Amino acid sequence: MTLQTPLKPKDYASDQEVRWCPGCGNYSVIKAVQKVLADAGSDPAETVFVSGIGCSSRFPYYMETYGFHTIHGRAAAVATGVKLANPKLDVWVVSGDGDSLAIGGNHLLHVLRRNVDMTYLLLNNEIYGLTKGQASPTSKVGLKTPTSPRGTLDEPVHPLRFAIGAGARFVARGVDTTQGMLLETIKRAHAYHGAAFVEVLQNCLVFNDGSFDDVAEKSVIADRQLQLVHGQPMIFGRERNRGIRFNTGTLALDMVTIGENGVTEADILVHDENNRAIATMLADLDTTVFPLPVGVLYAHPEASFADKLEPVEHDAPTLLQRLDKALRSGNTWHVA
Amino acid sequence: MTVQGNATASSTATDVRRTVESAVIRFAGDSGDGIQVTGSQFGLEAAIGGADIATFPDYPSEIRAPQGSVAGVSSFQLQLAGHDIHTPGDSLDALVAFNPAALKAALKDLKKDGLLIADAGAFTTRNLQKAGFAANPLEDGSLEAYRVLAPDISKLTMNTVEAIPDIDSTSKKEALRAKNMWALGLVLWLYGRDRKTTAAWIEKKFKKNDQVLKINRAALDAGFAYGETVGLPSTIEPVAVPPARLPAGDYRSVTGADAIVFGLIAGCEQYGLDPVYCSYPITPASTMLHLLAKLGGDQGVRIFQAEDEIAAACAAIGASYAGAVGITGTSGPGMALKTEALGLAVAAELPLVVINVQRGGPSTGLPTKTEQSDLYQAVMGRNGDTPLAVLSVSSPSDGFEVAREAVELAVDYMTPVVVLTDGYLANASEPWRIPDLSALERRSADAHAVPENFAPYMRDPETLKRPWVVPGTQGTIHRIGGLERQDGSGEVSYDPANHQKMTDIRRDKILGIARAIPAQAPTLGETTGDVAVVGWGSTYGAITDAVADLRAEGLKVSHIHLRHIWPMPANLGDLLKGFEHVIVPEMNTGQLVTLIRAEYLIDAKPLNKVSGRPFAVDEIAVAVRSLIKEG
Repeated sequence: MTLQTPLKPKDYASDQEVRWCPGCGNYSVIKAVQKVLADAGSDPAETVFVSGIGCSSRFPYYMETYGFHTIHGRAAAVATGVKLANPKLDVWVVSGDGDSLAIGGNHLLHVLRRNVDMTYLLLNNEIYGLTKGQASPTSKVGLKTPTSPRGTLDEPVHPLRFAIGAGARFVARGVDTTQGMLLETIKRAHAYHGAAFVEVLQNCLVFNDGSFDDVAEKSVIADRQLQLVHGQPMIFGRERNRGIRFNTGTLALDMVTIGENGVTEADILVHDENNRAIATMLADLDTTVFPLPVGVLYAHPEASFADKLEPVEHDAPTLLQRLDKALRSGNTWHVA
Repeated sequence: MTVQGNATASSTATDVRRTVESAVIRFAGDSGDGIQVTGSQFGLEAAIGGADIATFPDYPSEIRAPQGSVAGVSSFQLQLAGHDIHTPGDSLDALVAFNPAALKAALKDLKKDGLLIADAGAFTTRNLQKAGFAANPLEDGSLEAYRVLAPDISKLTMNTVEAIPDIDSTSKKEALRAKNMWALGLVLWLYGRDRKTTAAWIEKKFKKNDQVLKINRAALDAGFAYGETVGLPSTIEPVAVPPARLPAGDYRSVTGADAIVFGLIAGCEQYGLDPVYCSYPITPASTMLHLLAKLGGDQGVRIFQAEDEIAAACAAIGASYAGAVGITGTSGPGMALKTEALGLAVAAELPLVVINVQRGGPSTGLPTKTEQSDLYQAVMGRNGDTPLAVLSVSSPSDGFEVAREAVELAVDYMTPVVVLTDGYLANASEPWRIPDLSALERRSADAHAVPENFAPYMRDPETLKRPWVVPGTQGTIHRIGGLERQDGSGEVSYDPANHQKMTDIRRDKILGIARAIPAQAPTLGETTGDVAVVGWGSTYGAITDAVADLRAEGLKVSHIHLRHIWPMPANLGDLLKGFEHVIVPEMNTGQLVTLIRAEYLIDAKPLNKVSGRPFAVDEIAVAVRSLIKEG
C-alpha cells in the first residue's frame, strides 16, 4: 500500500477544476489531506474517497485517487460496502453536517459503533451550503436562515458528543484556520486502525460567515482553543498560564489560571486520550465560556470491522465443490 | 441421508391400500402448534417417497398470535401426487384441525366427503367460543358431509408420554406440545408414507434434550401406530400415492428462498466473483439472509446485516464498486427505501442484484401474505429515466436459474437487476433435481481488467456496458458518481447534448438485453390460438394447470409465462398477436397487463386477485371459458 517513491501533495490533486467558493474552508482541508497522503506515502490507486451530497461531498472529484460521489447521507454505507469487498483499500469518507447528522445520521452511528476502517471527515459549517443557506442540524439556536427567518428553534447536535455516544474509538476535532493542528489531527486519524472521526469546523463565507470567529479567528486562537496533546497538561492562553482542572467536588472540568488561588501546573489535568470519561467532558464543554478543545479527544484502539470479518474462500473450483456439497446436505433421494 | 431407489409407500406387506393419483392435505392450528414443521416434514416424507409435491405455508404475522383465534391460525397445505404437479391444490382432500379456530378457518376449503381429522381434546368450551362456534361441530351433526376422525389427540399424546419409562414430571407438562407429531404420525400412516426421515430429524433437532426427544419420538410412533392398530371406521381408509415419474437424478426439497440463494452463489462462482449480500431483516425475505449467513465465508459468501434498507442497498453498491457482486434482498416496503440507491447504481453503471420477495401492500400491508403488486415499482419506480432489468421467478426451484441469470445480466451489462419473487414462492417447497454444477458455464468478468485507452464510461459496442475497473487497479484512477457524467470520461457534465446521449445509452443498454435473452415460447400449447393466458411469477402453477384442463376440453388455449419482465423478449408482441384473446392473471390490480397493452397496443384483459392467497386453478379456467364465450 505504501509507495516506493513518495509523491508530493500536489500529485494527489486531480485535474478537475475545484468549484468551491473562493475562500471556502474546504481548501485548507483538502490541502491537509493531500499532505497527509503524501507524508504517508499512500498509493493513490489503493485510496478511495467516498462522499455523499453537499459542498464537502464534491471532495472526491478533486482528488487524484479513486472516488465515488454517492447520494445524500449514504457515503458511510457505501464505504462500508467497499470495505466488505476489499478490506485492503484505504477508505476515506468526506461529508458535511447535513449529510452526516441529518439525512445520514443513522449510517454515521453505525460505522462508528462497528469501527469500520475509514477516515471520516465531517466538514461542519453549521449550514446547508449547496441548497443555499438553510439551517442545518448543527446550526446554533437563533440562526436566521431562509427556513428560519425568525431564528432557529432546535437545539443543535454536537458532532463529537454524538460520535462518542455512538461508540467511536477515535474522536478528534480540527479547525480550518489552524492548518498545522488540522494536518496533525488528520494525520493521526489516517494512521488510526478503525473508524477515525474528525469534525472540522469550516467556515462558509457565503451563507454562514464568521460562525466560528469566536474560536477560529486568528487573533483569538491562542486564548480560545485548547490544543490537546496526549500526556501533556491542558494548558492554553497567550501567556500559557491558563488550564483545565478536574474538579473532584463537582466531577466536572474547571477553567483555572496558573499562579492564581494557589493553582500550580501540577493541578492541571494531563490529557489522556485513552480516557473516555475525560473525552466526554471535553466534548461537552460549553465553548462560549471554555476554550474549544482541538486535536485528538479520544483514541482507544480496538479490533476494527475489517479485523473481525470472517475469512472468505475465493477459489472457484473449491467453492463449486462446496456448493455441490451444500446442495446435497440434508435429505436427498435418487430417482432412477 | 440418501434414500436409494424409488422408495414407495412404507405400508406393511399385508396392508392393501387403494391408490390415489394425488391428495391435497392441510394442517391447521395455532401459530404455536408447530404446524409449519408438521407440514414440511410431511412434505419431505412424501417427496423422499417419490411423490411430486407442492406446498403452501400460510401463517399470521404475529409470532404467537392470540391462542385459539381464527386470525391466529397457521396452516400448511400441500399436494402430493404420482405425477408432475405445479400447485398445492385448490380444495382439500384432508384437513387436520388442531383446534376449533382452525376448523372454522379451513372447513370451507374441504371437499364434500373429504377427510377431517380433528383433535377432539382441543374442542373445549373456551376454544369453541373463541372460534365463534355456538355448539361443538364435532357433536352437533354439522359435519355430516365429511368423513370425520376426531380422536382426543391431546389426551392420546399425554397417555403416550406418561407411558415412557424414565420421563420426568417437568417434561410431562410439555408433552402436549408433541401432539403435532402424533397427528403427523397418523397422517403419514394414512397416506402410506415412511416416518424414518422425521424420526431422524427429531433425533437431530432435540439431541441436546433427551426428554423432549423421547416425547416427540413416542408421539410420532403412537400416531402412526394408532392408524395401524385402532380399527378405524370403514369410511376412513388408508391410501397410497404412487411415485411420480420425475426425470432421473438426485433430488432434494427446496424452498423458493433457498433456491435463490444457491442460484446467486452459483452465478457469482461462474465468474469467480465474491457475492456480498447486504440486507436488513424483513418478512418474507429474511430467510435468504439466514441461509447466506449460515453458508458464510466457507462458501465464498460475505453477508452484512445493515442498519436499514437504504444502507443495505448502498453497501451492496459499494461492494460492487470495489469488485464484488453486490446483492441486496428485501420485500416491498424495503424496496421503496432502496429506490434512490437503485438510481445511483443505474447512474454509476455498477452490477447489483436486488431480490424483492413481494408481499401484500401498500405500506406494511400483509407481511406474511403473498402478492405480485411490485411490478410497476420494479420496472418504473424511480426518479428520472432510470431503466434496469427485471426478472421474475415462477416456481420455488426456478429461483436457482433466475438468480443465476440475474448475476449474469448484472455483470454482463453493468446494471442493477431486480428479481421479483413473492412470499408464497419463498416459503413454498418442491422436489428439485440437484443441478450439475460442473456443467456451469465458466464466464469472465472484466473486473480488474484494464481495456486499452481506458475511460470509465467507454462502451462495449455489443452490450453498451462500461468497463468494470475497480479501486486498487493501477493506471486507471477515476471518479464516478451520481451527477451526470460525460460520455467516455465520466467527468461531471451538465451539457444538454451529453445528457440526451447518456439517457439514450442507458435506455438502449437495457433494451439491448432483449437481443441476448431467449425468444418467448409458450409454456404449454401452440404459438397461435384463441386465448393466450400470459402470466409471470408464482401464478405459473395455477395457470399451467388451468390451461392443461382447458386444452383437455379441446379449447385452443396456450400458456405464456414471462421470466423477463423488462426488457420483454423481442418476439413477445408478435407472439401475442397470434391469439384472438390475451388474458393476464395477476395477484395485483393489473400491472403486467398495463405494460403489455402499452408496449404492444393489444387489448389484453386483466384477471386480478389480491386476497393474500394464490390463484386457484379453477378461478383461471372459469375466466378463460367466459372470455371465449363472450367471443
